[in-house]
Amino acid sequence: MLTKKQLFTRGMLDISPHMLSVIPFGIICGAIGVELGFDPYLVYAMSIIIFGGASQIVFLQLLSGGASSLVAVASVGIINSRHLLYGAVLSEYLEKLSFIKKLLISYVVVDQGFAESNKFFKKNRNEEFLHYHLIGTGCTMWVCWQIATLSGIVLGSFVPEELGLKFAIPLTFIAIVVQDLKKLDHVIVMITCGLSSLLFFDAPFKSYIIISPIIALFVAALLLRLKK
Amino acid sequence: MTLTAIIFAGILTYFTRMTMIALISRDMLGDKIKAVLEYVPSAVFPAIIFPGIFINDFGTFIEMNDPKIFGALVAVLVGYFSKNIIATISAGLVSYWFLIFVVFS
Repeated sequence: MLTKKQLFTRGMLDISPHMLSVIPFGIICGAIGVELGFDPYLVYAMSIIIFGGASQIVFLQLLSGGASSLVAVASVGIINSRHLLYGAVLSEYLEKLSFIKKLLISYVVVDQGFAESNKFFKKNRNEEFLHYHLIGTGCTMWVCWQIATLSGIVLGSFVPEELGLKFAIPLTFIAIVVQDLKKLDHVIVMITCGLSSLLFFDAPFKSYIIISPIIALFVAALLLRLKK
Repeated sequence: MTLTAIIFAGILTYFTRMTMIALISRDMLGDKIKAVLEYVPSAVFPAIIFPGIFINDFGTFIEMNDPKIFGALVAVLVGYFSKNIIATISAGLVSYWFLIFVVFS
């Protein structure tokens, strides 16, 4: 049985390689907000209040492009609706927690944290304090995101644009799913999702980000039926 | 004004995170749904990966000889065999930089 501290540390260690892409991306996010002409305090407030990578950039770009607040808010909600799927997966492991703890832990659920903690949970189902792993991944992400966006806001885009560091974001997610390429059913689900995301990329409110997972999960359900 | 919008966006985002964790109990999800949920990472992350590679900052498709495609393929190969996150990201970035700064410069 691992202690709470060991699980927390394990979570920190499991997510830290992703900071290689998260930190440059956070700097870019902070810098873009200021470049678009928004109050630096507001740009930073987003990192605490929304705490959601790409959705923060989209929000500011929409507002500065003349979209209404309603459209900007709706887009953030739709982009982040993928967390519903993460929550559905994680709920199995967090079931025993008190309602208050569930409310608190929810704030730090992020893409990479979900991915790494979910991998850990699957292998260590019987640990008593499993949720400390998720707190570890989430808190690491939170601290790095605050520091990165804040430095982008204060120092501007000191990451040279020519480096194209936004490209690190797809790479970080490739690192997350690449081992599942061993399984044909997962490959089919991934390709379905990827192609759908390109097909629906121009759908309103950036809804491709939730439309394609729904299509892909539907295909997954069909594959499960075929397997039987 | 903008702050109000940020707060609403934040509340909405928090609800996306909290709803399934705090309000749904495991018994409400049947075995079939649980089996489908096993596929969530594979069903969600390509929607971040594919546009990040194939669509540029202006929202249009890249050319088929774009360095990002090569970088992504290198990342997939290195990731598959190394099982190492840092190696995967670095290999993708370095091969991308090699193409844009050395080959195509």
